Parts: sequence; C-alpha cells; structure tokens
Amino acid sequence: MSHKLTDGGQVLHVGTLARVEGEGAMHIEIKDGRVKQVQLRIFEPPRFYEAFLRGRAWTEPPDITARICGICPVAYQFSSCLAIEDACGVVVPDAIRTMRRLLYCGEWIESHALHIYLLHAPDFLGYPGAIEMAKDFGPVVERGLRLKKVGNQLMTLVGGRSVHPVNVRLGGFYRMPTVAELHGLRPALERGLEDALETVRLVSTFDFPDMEQPWTYLSLRPEHGYPIESGDVVTSDGTAFDVRDFTAHIKEFHVPHSNALHASLDGGGPYVVGPLARYTLNHDRLSPLAREAAREGGLDVTCRNPFKSIIVRAVELVEIFVEAIRIIDAWQDGVAPSVPVPARAGEGFGATEAPRGVLFHRYRLDADGTILDAQIVPPTSQNQPSIEADLRTLVEQWIELSDHDLSHRCEHAIRNYDPCISCATHFLDLTVERS
Amino acid sequence: MTTGALPTLAVWKFASCDGCQLTLLNCEDELMALAGQVQIAYFPEATRAVVEGPYDVSLVEGSVTTPDEIERIGQVRAMSRTLVTIGACATSGGIQALRNFGDIAEFRSVVYAHPEYLSTLARSTPISAHVSVDFELRGCPIDKHQLLEVLSAYIQRRRPRIPTTSVCVECKRRGAVCVAVAHGTPCLGPVTQAGCGALCPAFARGCYGCFGPQDTPNTSSLADRLLALGMDDDQVMRIYRTFNAASEPFRRESERHEAPQPEEVGS
Ligand code: SF4
Ligand code: SF4
Repeated sequence: MSHKLTDGGQVLHVGTLARVEGEGAMHIEIKDGRVKQVQLRIFEPPRFYEAFLRGRAWTEPPDITARICGICPVAYQFSSCLAIEDACGVVVPDAIRTMRRLLYCGEWIESHALHIYLLHAPDFLGYPGAIEMAKDFGPVVERGLRLKKVGNQLMTLVGGRSVHPVNVRLGGFYRMPTVAELHGLRPALERGLEDALETVRLVSTFDFPDMEQPWTYLSLRPEHGYPIESGDVVTSDGTAFDVRDFTAHIKEFHVPHSNALHASLDGGGPYVVGPLARYTLNHDRLSPLAREAAREGGLDVTCRNPFKSIIVRAVELVEIFVEAIRIIDAWQDGVAPSVPVPARAGEGFGATEAPRGVLFHRYRLDADGTILDAQIVPPTSQNQPSIEADLRTLVEQWIELSDHDLSHRCEHAIRNYDPCISCATHFLDLTVERS
Repeated sequence: MTTGALPTLAVWKFASCDGCQLTLLNCEDELMALAGQVQIAYFPEATRAVVEGPYDVSLVEGSVTTPDEIERIGQVRAMSRTLVTIGACATSGGIQALRNFGDIAEFRSVVYAHPEYLSTLARSTPISAHVSVDFELRGCPIDKHQLLEVLSAYIQRRRPRIPTTSVCVECKRRGAVCVAVAHGTPCLGPVTQAGCGALCPAFARGCYGCFGPQDTPNTSSLADRLLALGMDDDQVMRIYRTFNAASEPFRRESERHEAPQPEEVGS
C-alpha cells in the first residue's frame, strides 16, 4: 500500500474516490509535518463540447449540452436555452418559465436525494455505500430511493425522461403537461415533502467536524423566490452583477494538474457555488416551512461549515417540494408549449442554479443561427480551488491521523461539494506524500 | 460463475456523462432486489467497497478517448467473463466522436489555454474497437427496462431479448401519430433502433436517433425524404451526426451530405 521514495519521502496510494461523478485523483505532499501541496487532479478525459458546438445550429445546444452530465442535464438544457434566447432577443413568457422551474425541481429532487442518501450519508454513518448501509438502515435507504423516484417521475412527466429529457426546446417545450397529469403526481409530492422534512431531522443528527471556511459565496438571486432557473449574480462580498457580465468578473484558468479549468472571482481567492452559497445568500427567500426546517436542523442564516452542506441540501429539498406543489396547484391548461426563437447575429449569456451550483453558458451566433463560439463554465470547475483549499485546512488540522483515516476524511470533504467530475470528471486515487 | 456465491457485477466508466450508470441507480424499485441477486463488486459511483475480480458481468459505460483508456479496457476485458457495453458512448463512440470529423489540435486549443497539459486521442472509439464485447445495449441514455432485461438475462445465463426493429414499430405499437407523415416533422425513427418506446413522437417531436442505427437502416432513402421535407444537406449531415455520429451507417450518411472542402482540392 505504501512505498518509500528514493529521496526519503513517502508515497501512499490510499484507495479510490467513490461516490462522485467522474474521474479524479488527490495528491497531498506533507513535509516536516506541514502541508506543502494539495492538488485535486481531474483527469476525466476532455470531451471538447465547446469545440464541437461551433458550426451547429442555434437550436441544437439543449440536446447536445445535456450530454455533458447525466445527473444534471436539465441545468445544461436551461442554461443553454437562456443564453441562446438572450442572443436572439427573446424572453419566454412567465408560464413557460414556471414550467421550466417545475422540471428543474424534478432534477433538484433527484440529484439532492441521490447525493444525500446514496453518496454522502454513508460517509457520516460509516459505510462504503448505500447498499451496505441498507443492511442496518433499511427504512432510511428506502426513503432516499422514494425521494429520488419522485424526482425522476416529475422529470419524466414534464421532460419525457429523467436522464436527458427529450421535451426541452429553445423557447419552451414540445408538449405541455396537462393539469390532470400534474395532479396525478401530487400525492407522491406530498409524501416527498414529508420525507424531505424527515431528511432534515436525520442529517442534522450526524457528527460534523469543526470547520468554518471564509470563502466568498456566489449564487444567483432572482427577483422573487429561491434561485433555480434564473436571476442575477450576487456574492457574499456584496457585489451584484448581471449574468451578461459573468466573464468580466469570473476568470477561468488552466492548471497543469487538472483537465478541468479553474476559476477565480475578480482575481481574488477561491469562491464557492452551490447549496451553501445559495442558502446563505437567499435565506430570506425560503418558504416559511423550509426556514423552520433549517432552524430545527440547527442551521443559522449563514452556513460556513462545508460538512453541513448535507443539511442545507435537505432544507433545499423541503423548499423544492413546497415549490413544486405550489406550481402544480396554480397551473392552468391552455399555455402554448413554446414561443418562436428566430435566429439573429449576436452574443447571449445564461446562467441557472444546477443542484451543485451556478452553471454559466455563453454563445455567439451568426445571422443564420450558426454557433460561432460557445463557453460553458460548470459549477465543479468554479469550486475546484475551494475544494483544494478545504483539503489543505483539513489535512493541517488532522495531520496526526493515519493515512487511511486522513484519506477517508479528505474524500468526505470532496463529497461535501457533490462534485460532478464528469461535468468538469471517477476514480480518485489519493496520494499522500510525507517526508 | 463464482462458486456457490452470487454472481459478481462490476460497473466501469470511460469517457461519458454518467447517465447510463445513473440509469442503474434509477431502478429505485428494483435496486435492492437486484442487490440480493448479484454481488455489486465494483461500482465506484455507488460504493467505495471493492471486491477483487474476476467479475461475472461487467457493464462498461463510455468511449475510449485517451491512451490510458486503451490500456484500461484491456484490463477490464481480462477481468470480465461477460462484458456488456451500455449506451451510445460505449457502443458507438458517443457524442465525443464528433472530434473524429474535426481537427483535434484545433479542438484542444479552442477549449483549453494549455493544450499541452492534456493527453487525448484524435478519435473517440467504441469499446468494441479495442476488445471483444458480449452484448451492446443501445441508447443515450439506455432504457432502464432494457438494462434490467440484460442483467437478468446474464444472471440466468441466457441471451437478452432486445428488439432490433426501428422506432417506427414502437410508434405503431403505442398508437402514436406519425409526426413525419402528419406534420412533416423530420424524424430519424425509420432508421433508429427501438428501445425508448417511441418517446419523442409521443412528445410531438421527431426522433433524433439517440438509440443509434437499427439493424438494416436505409439511411439514404430517409435522407431523401428529409431533403424533400425542406432540410438542406448541411442539416441532414448534422441530424445524422449527434450521439451516434461514428456508428457506421450514420457516419457514412452524414459524410454523403458534407459540403466538399475546397482547401482539400489538389492536396
Ligand atoms: S450514452 Fe449518453 S447517457 Fe450514456 S454515458 Fe454516453 S452521453 Fe451519457
Ligand atoms: S424517439 Fe429517438 S431520439 Fe427520442 S428517445 Fe427514442 S430513440 Fe431517442
């Protein structure tokens, strides 16, 4: 398991990072009891989406970019729709926006339930995975699967299928679900809301390592409601800007040890997107029930402990069920499924809140709608520097732990971010080098 | 089969979006029952626990796009009694294979500031281009019911029953109106393998071929029809060039509609 290096240092290969999406490795160098270097290496093979979007028609990105990620295809579909509609000067009517929000609720439920129950809870409860956990925690795992299922049902009803929905198009949908179909899902959603409240109660009893991180938070903030499918960008430093100015504030850079680009905000240090950022910046926007759940779950109005992201996800589940039920109850038949989005030359910007954070798209179009260039900034690349920084803090704090325990804790810390390594990369080999 | 014990299942990932593996986790009602019938021996998306190979059944997601992956697929084959590829990436090279029609050096420099940091192949290839494959399950993503059929077939040591007819047959079966005939909507249904239950026509859109070519697709006759419906050659090229762009029939048809490259004349 370990071998000596010729220079007297030590390299340990300590396992595989499981329960994330994509391939990565972690490399930690410790010298004289101090952390010299921490690198999260993402070596998921590059897939070149931005390159082969060039030359395609403006109508194609919702289907194509969905394939960047099987866990959050809707995020890709809607960020691309917003950006291209922006380039074409179209704003979709509120009703279509609302149906987008409902489909997105399905994705959030599916993704958060998957992450909380199948990927993250086993870390807290000390199991290699949910299947092993089910032997002792049968009803808990069943609840997780039930939650995930209702998310998938909602996606299937509105989107046609849960992985890579077929019903999304520029300007809206191919077919609108009917009131009768939507009401059919209501009992399952009500049960889901109960399960979500139970989830908050469960995860708030977990043991949380003491850790507070000072990172700047960044999320969307729409005019009304909790950020999901629209909004301006706000940060915990008090900056606010239009999505159109995203690239003026966020700089992507390429480091040698990773196939995922890193990002920084206005040349500053690491910043965080995702549940912690959304919650902290939009706590006032939560429904009374979700706010109450947060309080019961022991959360303050801000949350700076990355390990507590699991509680925040559970609170967001509550919020999203409340929202989905609200949308369904208010829905009326007779809404045209889409509006036309005629091509024109221009540049457009779009961002939505994927379950794991802000996902930004930018497209430049020719007069006939041919895509001249495309830029996609997924949440995991934005979080990569802060993940590395968290690992450093953690290793410094627990340097005395055995490599085995330390590696476990590091993997756990990476999973706090629910990183989608496919989006940005599956096997995380942890190397600790001590000398 | 492993003596006495449950058959072992391993799930591997190459270049992909994780959507096909997720389809396995999306079997919410069947997952626990499945966990009682097979031993999930290697599945990093779901568990840290690893049981040493060899494995009775390996599911492989994703295409081969790096030198390292060529080596890894050889190791996976050597450790697997039965190897099943899941999804368009693994069976046809996936959307990643769009690079096969372009210039990889240019692609790298479009996306990355330091292309020299990357190690990547000029072409994305299906698993069958490198090792022998026992069964290929189509779809981008695969269909959950088809996946369960394939898994139970291999657990019971029989051939999976997966149709090789076209989406059109499924459309007729579910009584959906033909979007091509009734609305003049371009549709790849006639050349695409069944499996999704004719999902897109049921949502009032044309099939975009995510299950890849059926057994004996008449791609050029459909292309003529698409041109008659008002598409130009460039659109016909692109409709064949998406998630199964490198599958033989779709690749050939797309190339027939490619505009001639003037700079290549005389070179
Ligand atoms: S075939 Fe489609 S769904 Fe499956 S891994 Fe590839 S891109 Fe994802
Ligand atoms: S109809 Fe075609 S594109 Fe739509 S899901 Fe089925 S195979 Fe895929």
